Amino acid sequence: MSVNLAANTESALISASNLTCIREERLLFDQLAFEISAGDIVQVEGPNGSGKTSLLRILAGLSQPYEGEIYYKKQLITQSREEFHQNLLYLGHLPGVKGEMSAEENLNFNLTLHGLHNNADEIEETLSLVNLAGFEDSLASHLSAGQHRRISLARLYKSSAKIWILDEPFTAIDKQGVHSLEQLFKEHIKQGGCVILTTHQDLLTFSPSQVRKITLDYMGE
Amino acid sequence: MSVANLSYRAVFSLVLKRDLTIAMRHKDDIINPLLFFVIVVTLFPLGIGPEAQTLSRIAPGIIWVAALLSTLLSLDRLFKSDHSDGSLEQMLLSPHPVFILVLAKIVAHWLITGLPLILIAPLLAVLLHLNEQSYTALILTLLLGTPVLSLLGAIGVALTVGIKKGGVLLSLLVLPLYIPVLIFATSAIDTASLGLPYSGQLAIIAALFFGSLTLAPFAVGAALKVSTN
Repeated sequence: MSVNLAANTESALISASNLTCIREERLLFDQLAFEISAGDIVQVEGPNGSGKTSLLRILAGLSQPYEGEIYYKKQLITQSREEFHQNLLYLGHLPGVKGEMSAEENLNFNLTLHGLHNNADEIEETLSLVNLAGFEDSLASHLSAGQHRRISLARLYKSSAKIWILDEPFTAIDKQGVHSLEQLFKEHIKQGGCVILTTHQDLLTFSPSQVRKITLDYMGE
Repeated sequence: MSVANLSYRAVFSLVLKRDLTIAMRHKDDIINPLLFFVIVVTLFPLGIGPEAQTLSRIAPGIIWVAALLSTLLSLDRLFKSDHSDGSLEQMLLSPHPVFILVLAKIVAHWLITGLPLILIAPLLAVLLHLNEQSYTALILTLLLGTPVLSLLGAIGVALTVGIKKGGVLLSLLVLPLYIPVLIFATSAIDTASLGLPYSGQLAIIAALFFGSLTLAPFAVGAALKVSTN
């Protein structure tokens, strides 16, 4: 297991200490520790079943680790839940899009739930940024899997959260979409945010030195 | 675009409105439990025979048992679809207290399934020759009792939402919890038919209502965290 540690501990946005995860009696990772600071883009690597999704869910506070703690700005995330969640944007495998609601209603609900007020024009504009112009009023059940993902990714354009945790954000997204997402990541880390993601593709527009990697290799018992 | 802390009331109405919108576009959720309720109740006169005396004797029990079963049938929708499409995760990750979100979903569930039941119950009571003096008691017990069914049921759904075939388990978990409501509700209706005061039974149902209203959302929140773990 190789983990590059950032030297700058002062500005750590999110840090993990001593993380151990056991799923189905299998040890996925053990004693994992890292710090992620503003301006970092971190790619979690590993083969299928190595615990990438589990790690991201633990970081987001959705799952509890077997052992270890997650800190947001030096505070346990369980103790500063509200503040942490205000600064967190987590997109998992599932897009969280309701088929009974239109693209516009879905985005509006998701943004409002996370404290962002919008008017109809802004929503429309955001949807056009993810190539969904003209689909605003279509019920999501009539849209494709890729379009569902785009609806959930549209939140990234409006989010004020510092920490982005993205589980396979490029799934079902076309080449052009991947490119504009990477531009968005660049913008975000420039503004003092951080991105933690899993992907099986390489990030094309980033130079290898820009991307920190956390490699999970299943060690077995 | 501005970042603002939503008040509890704003979050509550946001989630409530969303759930009602979804239900209105997916009318099966409203109509199926209601039809089930009507059909179960109409089966009894067919099976037992049309004598008014027998029917009016067992009417409170029939209506209430049918109400329990139809609520149970509709409970699945409360968190299951949100869980399977990932919106439950997003709600748990929002900066708002989980009990507000959960309470809004439960209230929406009651408006969708409990309220129509209350509206149609008097009609079915006529079918079962319910004693005239019992109508008020029937409506009052349903008004206080059906929210309890939604609140307690939500705990069961929250616990079983992560399990693939949780349907049977859900009924085993939830139905025993419904027994106190059933006992006091039918007893109130029976007492009313004798022309006696039934405020004691009503008070107990009211206590069950307020108890579950204040405690169930927290239990549901905790159960959801376990289920999504």
